[in-house]
Amino acid sequence: LPGNPPVQTKKALKQRFLKLLPCCRPKSIPSLSESKTVLASAALSSPGFLADSVEDEFELSTVCHRPEGLDQLQEQTKFTRKELQVLYRGFKNECPSGIVNEENFKQIYSQFFPQGDSSTYASFLFNAFDTDHDGSVSFEDFVSGLSTILRGTIDDRLNWAFNLYDLNKDGCITKEEMLDIMKSIYDMMGKYTYPAMREEAPREHVENFFQKMDRNKDGVVTIEEFLESCQKDENIMRSMQLFDSVI
Amino acid sequence: MAAGVAAWLPFARAAAIGWMPVANCPMPLAPTEKNKRQDELIILNVSGRRFQTWRTTLERYPDTLLGSTEKEFFFNEDTKEYFFDRDPEVFRCILNFYRTGKLHYPRYECISAYDEELAFYGILPEIIGDCCYEEYKDRKRENAERLMDDNDSENNQEGSMPSLSFRQTMWRAFENPHTSTLALVFYYVTGFFIAVSVITNVVETVPCGTVPGNKELPCGERYAVAFFCLDTACVMIFTVEYLLRLFAAPSRYRFIRSVMSIIDVVAIMPYYIGLVMTNNEDVSGAFVTLRVFRVFRIFKFSRHSQGLRILGYTLKSCASELGFLLFSLTMAIIIFATVMFYAEKGSSASKFTSIPASFWYTIVTMTTLGYGDMVPKTIAGKIFGSICSLSGVLVIALPVPVIVSNFSRIYHQNQRADKRRAQKKARLARIRVAKTGSSNAYLHSKRNGLLNEALELTGSTEEEQHMTKGTSLIESQHHHLLHCLEKTTGLSYLVDDPLLSVRASTIKNHEFIDEQMFEQNCMESSMQNYPSSRSPSLSSHHGLTTSCCSRRNKKTTHLPNSSVPATRLRSMQELSTIHIQCSEQPSLTTSRSSLNMKSDDGLRPNCKAAQITTAIISIPTPPALTPEGESRPTPGSPGHSTNIPTTTTTTTANIVKVSAL
Repeated sequence: LPGNPPVQTKKALKQRFLKLLPCCRPKSIPSLSESKTVLASAALSSPGFLADSVEDEFELSTVCHRPEGLDQLQEQTKFTRKELQVLYRGFKNECPSGIVNEENFKQIYSQFFPQGDSSTYASFLFNAFDTDHDGSVSFEDFVSGLSTILRGTIDDRLNWAFNLYDLNKDGCITKEEMLDIMKSIYDMMGKYTYPAMREEAPREHVENFFQKMDRNKDGVVTIEEFLESCQKDENIMRSMQLFDSVI
Repeated sequence: MAAGVAAWLPFARAAAIGWMPVANCPMPLAPTEKNKRQDELIILNVSGRRFQTWRTTLERYPDTLLGSTEKEFFFNEDTKEYFFDRDPEVFRCILNFYRTGKLHYPRYECISAYDEELAFYGILPEIIGDCCYEEYKDRKRENAERLMDDNDSENNQEGSMPSLSFRQTMWRAFENPHTSTLALVFYYVTGFFIAVSVITNVVETVPCGTVPGNKELPCGERYAVAFFCLDTACVMIFTVEYLLRLFAAPSRYRFIRSVMSIIDVVAIMPYYIGLVMTNNEDVSGAFVTLRVFRVFRIFKFSRHSQGLRILGYTLKSCASELGFLLFSLTMAIIIFATVMFYAEKGSSASKFTSIPASFWYTIVTMTTLGYGDMVPKTIAGKIFGSICSLSGVLVIALPVPVIVSNFSRIYHQNQRADKRRAQKKARLARIRVAKTGSSNAYLHSKRNGLLNEALELTGSTEEEQHMTKGTSLIESQHHHLLHCLEKTTGLSYLVDDPLLSVRASTIKNHEFIDEQMFEQNCMESSMQNYPSSRSPSLSSHHGLTTSCCSRRNKKTTHLPNSSVPATRLRSMQELSTIHIQCSEQPSLTTSRSSLNMKSDDGLRPNCKAAQITTAIISIPTPPALTPEGESRPTPGSPGHSTNIPTTTTTTTANIVKVSAL
């Protein structure tokens, strides 16, 4: 109606309604029992009309997550105190809210690969880091993943890699999963490569991989097959040692 | 790669674990980190305010001062911090740039100060973030315009000094009437004649008096001869003016194409065409039309009025808005005219005979004039007519504020430019005084140096202390440098201020004397650099006495009156002649006539109590302002100016003058 400010949208009305019902709280708070979660804007009942829809989004985005204490993290991971401090500072700089969601993760990762498209691989990584599968990577997840890769034994590392490849986390890698991974890796190179990437390159690479890894030729690679084959491969063993000097 | 993400590089490297098992060939060796040091805090002390940050934060941008080894030059070993003697406020923004990767421009900061700081720290302004970039560019453009303005006006003023050709002086006179009285006179005369011409045109058509036959004649026809004479006179003046401008214009082609000259031509053409054309019946109609163009003379007033010029400039700069206004009006007129025509077609004896005829109604209605000569009679016509008038208000009201704001902006800009020009004059005067002060300081100190040597001869030491105090180490080193240059080239510096040199020259001509003991010590064996006609030398020419003195001081007539502002005092006092005189000094006088005063101190060269004073050549030195310990100046020896050339060589004045030059 002319002269009156616009009324709140239907969606906002519905959300306000739902908030009153305890069972239907919006799942904006990550269920991290051990961590302290603070709602930056605690106002559930907002005064103005217009403010509502904006504030709802606001509430979601200002969820602030604080990690456990430094001592606990020190116990859980193999990093020293100073290293944890440096890691956290870098983490917090990019993600002031304390957690990374997939979008953010992809964006950060893509800054290292300007030429190609690293979003698929980044999402695989995200799933690998997000151990409790709640859609966000907190600092604990981040640091525990890094601890395994950078400070763990070779077996730990191989395990972690297997976990990465196993997209549906069912304990074995199928050819399709491997193909997806391979394609995402090749995507990161981008279009301008020498020699130019052929269409069948990922598939060939997957075949190669399975030939090497799949002992019983049943079309899937289990964790034991994977570990066994990797330990026999000189190159892989040597490359695993690269990670000792990253931090 | 953004700097902040560099912290995530270890993560990216760790994530490469996914490629290892599938790689076919061995991986390259990883780079080792030599002397891997722990990240440490760096203290940056900027003018006393301490900032601290991690070393790695600064190293994110290695091609800036703080990110490279260049900062080691500022490292203070004692306090173990990096000290920068710069503005701490701006440094805040700079450090934030390292931290966040975004450079912001604070609004309260002066644009040139900010630019300087950026240049110092080696940061390109292009990195300024989007949020602040527009503001930065705007301010920068404003500043550049202002500088250009200043340069222009400076050029205008500086042009006065070198001699211009006759043509150039004329052009300047035309463009800036305030440069000379002749130009001003010309300006007002042309203005007057424009007014006369316009009034004539107007009055010509007024009916005055009747002629037998009951016919009212306009004045133009009644006093035809008088008006013709007036017109002729005006046109003469305009023609002469135009031809003179054409002659003086630096680029005639450009001048001919300029708007003002076109107006001039159009203003005087009708008269000449009228002369040429005969009193033929056929062409007289056309001739009458031509006389309309005479009204263009009124536009010649725009040379005399800046406001008019601004208005014209505004209209030109708002061309797009005006165009839009016109376009939308035309659209609306056509629409409404059509509608009204068809609405009123039915009614009998309707004035809306055709669509073009309805145009008149639409225009009159939309501009809310409403003459009432055409009025809709049908109901539909009335409805559409009211809609037409309502929409007219809207369509016209919309572009007008844009034009108004443009005009206001340009007008204020012009006012600001004028104000700046006025302020600039005062500023330049002060700057000039400061400059001459510094160059005179050099001469002053040189003299002091000479004096010191002389004092050693005379043996009085307390004067020495008077002389040497007051110059800082930097000053004395600078003066020593200039002195070395003088010795190298064999030339010496002159006082740069024409005013001072003029004054000095009057003295100089009366000076000379005999150098006596100073000759050996203080003689500048260098050749004197004879000055241009503008600044006659202050030099005392030891061996060149005759030639110097033979030069008449032509500038005596130009001596400014002796009321010199206090700011010039110090510079005046530093004029380079030194007087050694014995016993008392004559009292200071502040009149020009003192120049002619003969000092009546006898000169006793070997008198022990010789006091060395610096001469104050410019008389107006009120006693209160003499600097530390300098004795009262002697207006010096100048004898009577008229007799100088003849008497100089023979005059043994009481004062030994040694000029530092």
